[in-house]
Amino acid sequence: MSKHWPVVALGVALLVGLALPLATGAAPPGFYIEVLLGGLMSGVLYSLVALGFALIFKASGVFNFAQGAMVLFAALSVARIAEHVPLWLAIVLATVIMTALAWVIERFVLRPLVNQEGVALLMATLGVTYFLDGFGQTVWGSDIYKIDLGIAKEPVLILDKVFQGGILVNKEDFVAAAVAAGLVAGLTLFFQKTATGRALRAVADDHQAAQSIGIPLNRIWVIIWSVAGFVALVAGVIWGSQLGVQFSLSQVALKALPVVILGGFTSIAGAIVGGLIIGVGEKMAEVFLGPVLVKAFDLAGGGIENWFAYVLALLFLLVRPEGLFGEKHIDRV
Amino acid sequence: MKLKSIVLAAAVAAAFASPAAFAQAKEQFFPVLSYRTGPYAPNGVPFANGYVDYLKLVNARDGGINGVKISFEECETGYATDKGVECYERLKGKGPTGATAFHPLSTGITFALTDKSFSDHIPIITTGYGRADSVDGQVFAWNFPLGGTYWDAADMLVQHVGKLEGGLDKLKGKKIALVYHDSPYGKEPIALLETRAKMHGFQLLLLPVTHPGVEQKATWLQVRQQRPDYVFLWGWGVMNSTAIKEAVATGYPREKMYGVWWSGAEPDVTPAGDGAKGYNALVFLAPAGQGQVHKDLIKYVYDKGQGTGKKDEIGEVLYNRGLAAAMLTVEAVRKAQVNYGKKPLTGEQVRWGLENLSLDDAAIKKLGFTGFMVPLSTSCVNHAGEAQARIETWDGKKWSVQPGVLHADNTILKPMIRSSAEKYASEKKITKRDCAKEAG
Amino acid sequence: MLYRENGQFKSTYASDQQMLPILQDRVLMAALLAFAFLVVPAVTSEYVFLSLLIPFLILTLAAIGLNLLVGYCGQISIGHAAFMAVGAYAAYNLVLRVPQLNFLVVLVLAGLIAALAGALFGIPSLRIKGLYLAVATLAAQFFMDWLFARVKWFTNYAHSGSVSTAPIQLFGWTVESPAEKYLFLLSLLVVFTLLAKNLVRGHIGREWMAMRDMDVAAEVIGIRPVYAKLTAFAVSAFYCGVAGALWGFVYLGSWEPLAFNLSLSLNLLFMIIIGGMGSLLGSFFGAAFIVALPILLDQVPLWLGVPIPTATASHLASMIFGALIVFFLIVEPLGLARLWAIGKEKLRLWPFPH
Repeated sequence: MSKHWPVVALGVALLVGLALPLATGAAPPGFYIEVLLGGLMSGVLYSLVALGFALIFKASGVFNFAQGAMVLFAALSVARIAEHVPLWLAIVLATVIMTALAWVIERFVLRPLVNQEGVALLMATLGVTYFLDGFGQTVWGSDIYKIDLGIAKEPVLILDKVFQGGILVNKEDFVAAAVAAGLVAGLTLFFQKTATGRALRAVADDHQAAQSIGIPLNRIWVIIWSVAGFVALVAGVIWGSQLGVQFSLSQVALKALPVVILGGFTSIAGAIVGGLIIGVGEKMAEVFLGPVLVKAFDLAGGGIENWFAYVLALLFLLVRPEGLFGEKHIDRV
Repeated sequence: MKLKSIVLAAAVAAAFASPAAFAQAKEQFFPVLSYRTGPYAPNGVPFANGYVDYLKLVNARDGGINGVKISFEECETGYATDKGVECYERLKGKGPTGATAFHPLSTGITFALTDKSFSDHIPIITTGYGRADSVDGQVFAWNFPLGGTYWDAADMLVQHVGKLEGGLDKLKGKKIALVYHDSPYGKEPIALLETRAKMHGFQLLLLPVTHPGVEQKATWLQVRQQRPDYVFLWGWGVMNSTAIKEAVATGYPREKMYGVWWSGAEPDVTPAGDGAKGYNALVFLAPAGQGQVHKDLIKYVYDKGQGTGKKDEIGEVLYNRGLAAAMLTVEAVRKAQVNYGKKPLTGEQVRWGLENLSLDDAAIKKLGFTGFMVPLSTSCVNHAGEAQARIETWDGKKWSVQPGVLHADNTILKPMIRSSAEKYASEKKITKRDCAKEAG
Repeated sequence: MLYRENGQFKSTYASDQQMLPILQDRVLMAALLAFAFLVVPAVTSEYVFLSLLIPFLILTLAAIGLNLLVGYCGQISIGHAAFMAVGAYAAYNLVLRVPQLNFLVVLVLAGLIAALAGALFGIPSLRIKGLYLAVATLAAQFFMDWLFARVKWFTNYAHSGSVSTAPIQLFGWTVESPAEKYLFLLSLLVVFTLLAKNLVRGHIGREWMAMRDMDVAAEVIGIRPVYAKLTAFAVSAFYCGVAGALWGFVYLGSWEPLAFNLSLSLNLLFMIIIGGMGSLLGSFFGAAFIVALPILLDQVPLWLGVPIPTATASHLASMIFGALIVFFLIVEPLGLARLWAIGKEKLRLWPFPH
């Protein structure tokens, strides 16, 4: 118990912070739940992007800075192809494109850099980001494109008898949450039950051992990048249908970075839990803490959420340096 | 390996050489700062297309400005201040007499270029954006916010909602939220809105949105919490459509939303689909639609395959605004040629033309801009002309402009402009011009 | 044949330990400095000054700063533009509120304030390392972005959030024309490079390199990680702070908080990766490469006479930039400085094969 006191203290502090707006009456319960739901939904979106990070890092040890650009590229492909063919076909074609992209990245970027240290691989994926940004816009264009999932955008007022004013919920958000849950379930099944999944987990544990028992590393890496590409596609479709598909989408993916460091780079569960924590924390801070700070320090407006996620992740890191669900790192001299 | 280094070194060395001199024909060089990439491209592209198309039209239909052909070159700024400055430095000396005038198309870049204008003597035209205090031509000798500034726009919006409430005094106790792009562009109207809030007793809620403006969920949750009576939107690029989408998601009535004239174009409302119905925005200079000048464009430019954008996009709000901006610059050159001769002119000479613009209805009709331009006359003291605008509402398919012209209240604006300009002049140690002495 | 050390004997420790022990190196350096100080201002066009040389000089200074942290001490930082912002705003506020100060004093003070911020944001490095630290440094970046946009005092309550500066006055001399700015920056860069070189050759530099190579072993032999890491962050932030102040005052003249955003941080990181981590010369090469590349990519189509629409040119620039980074990492992960070192090695034997 005494070993874990920093984690416990942080957890308690956060829970107190979470309950404060309700307790002090600064927010009516109905609105508080709306903010909570909004935070959870944002969190789901971040988790989808963070999932891609975690998958690739788990299997190949590469921190894929290009995940955001992949989300954008996938979304652009779906949006533009869907202008000519039905949506489901567009998604299938986009999956093919993302798989091809995964193959190209593995062949030309990863394989030559196979034994380099982390920084070099990080920089390489940054290079891939720049390349994908330019390539995506050249091929698909810089305008704002629509992805129409056919879900109504108008919010629905529920529970207006229980809470004063009711709670505004969006059908789209629930669809997004359902899709994310389905994706995580599917991935878990894939990793636990299929042979390829087992091979992926073996590679994630120890590259050399996996190689020595005959698992083809290159092919595994193509597979994992394709799976990450598919995850990026799902994230892109959901983000895109909510926000519209445009170049700026890739910068939103930067928000997923605190999620992975909070959850641990190698953990899928961490990506989900981390995403939810960051999403809720961010929105709560922006809506409730922001105005307090603005008044206290005479600031020119809020916008706290831009750094709050990072600070939150940092606090978690200080008490658990490898993230909530990450693996402990042992240094050998 | 070595060859690679040698080639790279040679290329870098070659870059040290000055840019190749272009054929120094009898041409007036128009630099075009534009952004066709990045988060602001959806709005930057139609404006740039309109601007360039008009220059092409003048060459094709009229043979140039009194025989002096127009040459132009685009430079991609991506709405970034440092790229804008770099494009400015690269293009300011091009052409036989240097650049005619710059349209930075970004308030941030305007701030940076304003400082350089005092030594470079090239006009900076900021139609409906830029520094609000640059109306004062005695301090800002080279800035031309033709058509109006953000203080004009904010003032007009306050007056309009005051009228809706039944009088400006009825605004007491009401709440107006400003959802603004967190950049000099979005922050510019705050000064005027705070002044008006103090005058009439309404509460001003400031909600900044960070570039690029795709994350607005928390902002609109706060709007939902505070329930302002009106929301003024000062966005650009992707931020506009995201704001409308988030307004739909949080159930804020779009009829109560009023965008500035840069938040009221087709790329802003079409992504939200039916949800954008009822959204209002200011429109100044040129509304959407097609007139005589568009017929000329089709005849002289598009039918010859020289069009910059897509043919069915001419006539959109931002396209027309680009046309208007180009037209004003061309007319300024034409006016300056009356004084300095029918030859390529320097930026300083063009400035004289910009300060002596007087477009009345007859002149507008001759140019083919009836319905797409308001009468405008500038002077040394007033670099903007009389700002006027109207409200347009999106009905799901097109913009419908409401009758009733809005004017800013100069009794409030003039003192603000004067004091802000004085502050700038003293900070930067600028000697004010004496307009009376220059004219006489 | 030319680059031989034959006959160059050292008889004192001082001459053996000097920075440029080989005579040819000293001659080359003197010639280079003479060329840079005397010839370049006379022959270069204003455009080249403003778009190439001035940004190159300032960004080299920042790259040296980042190299000290990442290349010599091994702590990754993706948020270093934040310290440039601290330096710039600190300098702005000092000039505004204490106008009597000499600008050089302002630069040093701004650097010190940035160093303080650097030490503060370096504290997490005591607990986390590697990629986690890299992402944690982004916290500094976004926090500073927010701080300078929100706390009105920093921008002197300007409504637009944008600040502008008058030309620098130094001992009665106004640094206004591009050539003057170039000479001013060059002098500063020479002084700061000397400083960095000495730091790196001294005991603090060796402590940093020990932390980089194997921090656990370094701690075992008695190097205090707190001291080493925090000084690395502080010194690196000092350099970036000075560079930021120069960037704002000399190059931009007027800036808004977005001027020091994430893409500047990433550019700095690219500079030292391509130039060569752990090498001061590499900072120079990297900065030159990153500054020249976008301009080259824009100009080459014009020289070849192939007109490309600006949007495509911009996208192409982005693609080529990304591809070049990957190319460099694959072909020469130790950067351009390594290529230069290999070149010098070959030159020592030339014209003999071995």
